[in-house]
Formats: sequence, C-alpha cells, structure tokens
Amino acid sequence: MANIPQRVIHDYLRHDKKFPHVWCAGCSNGIVLGSIIRGIASMQIDRDDIVMVSGIGCSSRMPVYVDFNTLHTLHGRSIAYATGVKLHKPHLKVIVITGDGDCTAIGGNHLIHAARRNIDLSVILINNNIYGMTGGQCSPTTPHEAIATTAPYGNIEPDFNVCELALGAGATHVARTTAFHTQEVQKMVVEAIEHPGFSLIEVVSACPVIFGRLNKKGGPAQMMKDMRDGSIPLTAVDKLPPEKVEGKIIRGTLRKDVKPEFCAAYGELQKRAQAMGDVK
Amino acid sequence: MNMPSPKKTAIAKPRGKASKTVKLPKATEETPKVESPLKELEAKRERKNVLMQGNEAVAFGALDAGCNFFAGYPITPSTEIAEILALELPKRGGTFVQMEDEIASICAITGASLAGAKALTATSGPGFSLMQEGIGFAKITETPCVVVNVQRMGPSTGMPTSPAQGDIMQAKWGSHGDSPAIVLYPDSVKESYELTIRAINLSEKYRTCVILLLDEVLGHMRESVMLPDMANVRVISRIKPTVPPHWYKHYDENQKYLSPLASYGEGYRFHVTGLTHDALGFPTNKATEAAEMMERLRKKISYNIRDLVQIESHQMEDATIALFAAGITARSAKAAVAIARSEGVKVGLLRPLTIWPFPDDAVRKMLKNVETVIVPELNQGQLINEIKRLTKNKSDSNVIGLQRVNGKLITPNDILRKIKEVM
Repeated sequence: MANIPQRVIHDYLRHDKKFPHVWCAGCSNGIVLGSIIRGIASMQIDRDDIVMVSGIGCSSRMPVYVDFNTLHTLHGRSIAYATGVKLHKPHLKVIVITGDGDCTAIGGNHLIHAARRNIDLSVILINNNIYGMTGGQCSPTTPHEAIATTAPYGNIEPDFNVCELALGAGATHVARTTAFHTQEVQKMVVEAIEHPGFSLIEVVSACPVIFGRLNKKGGPAQMMKDMRDGSIPLTAVDKLPPEKVEGKIIRGTLRKDVKPEFCAAYGELQKRAQAMGDVK
Repeated sequence: MNMPSPKKTAIAKPRGKASKTVKLPKATEETPKVESPLKELEAKRERKNVLMQGNEAVAFGALDAGCNFFAGYPITPSTEIAEILALELPKRGGTFVQMEDEIASICAITGASLAGAKALTATSGPGFSLMQEGIGFAKITETPCVVVNVQRMGPSTGMPTSPAQGDIMQAKWGSHGDSPAIVLYPDSVKESYELTIRAINLSEKYRTCVILLLDEVLGHMRESVMLPDMANVRVISRIKPTVPPHWYKHYDENQKYLSPLASYGEGYRFHVTGLTHDALGFPTNKATEAAEMMERLRKKISYNIRDLVQIESHQMEDATIALFAAGITARSAKAAVAIARSEGVKVGLLRPLTIWPFPDDAVRKMLKNVETVIVPELNQGQLINEIKRLTKNKSDSNVIGLQRVNGKLITPNDILRKIKEVM
C-alpha cells in the first residue's frame, strides 16, 4: 500500500467549513475517518465520484466533514438512500457510514435486503456498542449484562454478531477489525470499495465517554489497549486452543465471493426488455 | 399455513397484488414480436382513444413527464402503477426497483433524485403513513420527488379496496414539523394522467416532494382517454447550476426561492442533511439561519400560489348553492348539479385540482356570493374545516357538511337530498 502522508487527510476535509467536529475526546470515529480517507486517497479515485451516505448517530456525522458528495439521511435509512443513488448512477462509488444502532436496530431491514440484493455499496459499520449521541442507551450490540442508561440493571438481551447477520443475509464481502488497527481498517476500506458487490466492514470502536464510563472500562487509552489485546486475527483462530478464542474479537475477512451484482444485473434486464420491443 | 380459509368473496388481501401480473417471457431469438404480451400497452402508447384505468393513466403520465426512476412496495389499490412501470421503465433505460418496504421506497427515490433522476413512488394509506418521515426529509432537503397516494379507507389496514378521502389532512400535515405541501387531486382518469405530469413538473420546479392523491375508485375505474401527442406535453426539468462548483449554494436564494439543483457526480460535491441547515447545506444551530431556512420553505409555496393553485368553477356564475368537492366526490357533485339545474335549482360546483396550498381566494369569493355551501366528502369532516376557517363575516354563506365513511361513495342522489334540505 502506498505510503500516504498526513497532509492528505487535511486535503480531504472540509476544514474551512465544518470544524470543530462533534465527537468527544477519546472517540474512535476520528481515527476511523483517518483510515477511510487514507484508503480512498491510496486508490486515487476522483472525489467527484464518491458519495458518502450516513444515517443518524455519532459515526453518521462523518460525511459533513469530508469533501465528497455527501448525504446525511434519516435514522436507519442510509442504505435505502444509498441504493437510490447507486441504482441511478452505478458508476459512483457509494460508501455508507453507519453505527450499530443505525444499521442493526432501526435500519436492520435495509441492511439484510441490500446484502441479499448484492448491490455494490461499501457499508462501514462503526460499532461502539451503545447509542452515544442520545446519551448511552442500550443497542443491539450492547454486550449481555453490560450497563446502559436504558439497561441500568445490566442488559438481559443477547447481542447481535453483526458480521454473521450480514453473512446470513448473503453479503458477498464481510470483514471485521477494530479502530486500534488503523492499517487494517484502511486495507479493508480499499477492499470494500474495490469489491464488485455488497460489502460490510465492521469496525469495533471505543466510546470512552459514555460506554466506557458506564461500564468502568478505564478511559480511552485503556479501551484502545483492550481492542489490541482483546482481538485476534482470523488466521490465528485455528492455531489457538478454544479457551483463548472465547470472547475475543475476531479480525479479518470473513467472506469474499464474487456473485452477480444488482446494478449490473439490472443493466442486463434493461437490455433484455429493450430487445423485446421498440419504444415508440 | 393452516389458517381457516377466508370467504373468497368478502375478504381482500390488505397488501399484495390486485391485478394480473404480466409475465415477461425470456427474450430469445425466437421470441415472436407479434404475440408480445405488451400488445395492449403498445396500443395505448400509440395514443388512440383507449379504455384506461386511473392507475394506468398515472403510470403513463409519469413516463411522459420523463420519470426514469421508480422504487415501491406492493399495496392495494396502487399496485398497477408499480406493475406497469416495472414493465415500461427498463425498456426506456429507466430504473424500477421493488424495495423492502415503503420507508425504503421513499428513501430510494430521494437518493436517486439527488443523483439526478426524475423519481416517483406510489402507495396507499398504510404505506403513505410509513413514508411520512421520508417525505419530510425530501421537503427539508428540497429534493424533487413525487408520491402517489391512491387513498383507501383507514385508519390502519381499514378497507383496502374501498374508497375514502381520509388522507387530505395527512397529505399536508403527515410529517412532523411545519412543512408546506403541494398536493394535487384529480377527478377523472384523463386528469390523473395530466396531474401526474403536473406533479412531476412542479416537484422539479419547486424542488420538493409533491403528493398526488387519487381515490381508490379512480385508481381502478376505467374511462375512455385520448392521450395527447408528446409534442403537446409540457415537461419541466430542474434548473442546473451554471456557476463554478466553489460558488454553488445548494439552497441559493433568488427572487422566488427557486434555486438551481446540482446532482451527485457532477463536480459540485455538496452536502445534504435532514438537520436544519444554512444556504450551503451544512447543519446549523443559529437562530437566524434556522428561521431563514423555515421561511424559505414557506415562501417557496406561498409566493407562488398563483402558479400552484388550480381550481374548476362549474356553473357558479348565478349559483345560490355551491358544492365544494374534490376527487371522485366531485364527480357525483357534478352529476347532482346537472340534475338540480334541470329542476331549476341554481347550484354550482367549486372543485380544487390543487388541494394544498388551499385555494383560499376562490373559496372566499364563493362564500361571499352564495347562500349555502355544501361540502360532500368521504371522511368525518376535513375539507369542511378549511372552508369554515375562511368564514369570517356574518354575511358569508352557511357551510354544511355531507360526510360518509363506510366504504361507499356519496351518490348524486345523496347530494340532491342535501340540496333540497337546505333550500
């Protein structure tokens, strides 16, 4: 991968318009944004051809800061808006930035159907295990027994495994990493954009100010260390005894298949329909 | 499923296909063109005088207005619109997509519109309720799109194949917050075609979500229609910016608040958000900027009332009793006027083709000139309150309602009886 100097990030930000950003000190979102930009910069895609779409939540504030075509939509609906953009102009690279609540609770239906269609969207799901923007409520990925403001006695619900959800829905490219592993995020973003079909990248992130405080996770630095020590690469899983894998975040590409992409299939359908009868 | 089978005649599916689906055979070299299942539709396109359904007229109007993107979800009684566009759009290079629900449908058409499409969706009551948040988003972001709501009886699942006019207020106030609306309401199959074109034109011109209300019976009713030559169809498309990208303001102000609109992928790289925003489109918390944005949305409609409001005045010149009705109820009202006139009663009809913004001026004039206004409508009283809102003077006419919500239409006789009551 090309070595991208720091200055590049600055070039891609709307630094004269929309700063300072809304994220708390210690939040992972800025780190992930840096990796996304470095990834895109390394691909040298014309920024006019990139559309960044998001829903509602902390991570979904990302598009406002970057100099692409940007669309900040309704809670949960980013993938549905992105589907419209992509279908009308399939040559555009459509990147969806979303969070655990946005994508797997209110937007779960759109996630599974976009995965099923295999439409060429690159969904980057930043999973901080909580609703940060509204002040710390329980999300579908809040771990079992963890504390949230709407689960003050501990979360009694089991949590979603986001990647398995996408795999089950038929996503053709699924990968997971953490915000600590910035190089990996960058690499996975590139792979997602290059992949001709639906991609879901889950980036496990840290919300020290809300999730961390409620669950006594010990501050931003400690949460970063936890992501480093609490995760293992997929390639190591088979080599380790089961007790060392238990409870760990597994990082890596979980699936990468090439199957017919939706916009391409629709193009074929158009040709078929046009062959059947001339339009007057 | 092991459910007891419902009586075949009485129960209609709340959601699903209402008519036969036209099956596309696989296109092979041997596909004989003469026996194309599209034959019937081909005939309609040749603009002969044809028998056509309201829903079909909407689909053809959409195509003639240049609609090239449809996203929708099956729901009675609007499904034929989706079925025809599924057949026709791909042939013309347009896009049809069946989404996972109505929420996704309104979002997809808004996204497509931002990428430059002329986009439309069609639905009915329950789906229209689901779309409300998305309609608000299209309005605040000033993104052109059209929602066709073929009204059925509500609330909730209600009576899916029965007519009602219960969504008149929802079409204006359905989405939270103040959001001025443009809502059109045809009363015939031909007018469904014309107003669909107008709805798309207005959405492009005013950069907003325009709603077309249809009645269930109108959607399914067949009438003889002569479609105009394409040369006589006036099509309006959004104004594109001519300024260099760094000068572009997504919500630029000019005299009538109708500003150019760039599309994604054209070098303008603008930001769109459902948050209250400034002229560039970036979120703002400043009171002055928030007020400016809200005023812009309001003035865009209220400064252009003359262009937006369309009203039909039928035998009102010497009328002492006026009927005020829209959509299918206006058809009964028109018949009632003819019968009453033959008996020497001076009755007229005022019919809004644009229901929002409300035709205040025409209604005020009517209230000044007639003794009694009868407002027949298929709901528990929605239009009548708008008329009463405009009744300020003691000399203004007496306003009387005629309401029905049981899945049946108001007939000319029902209206005649009311006329005789008030005489």
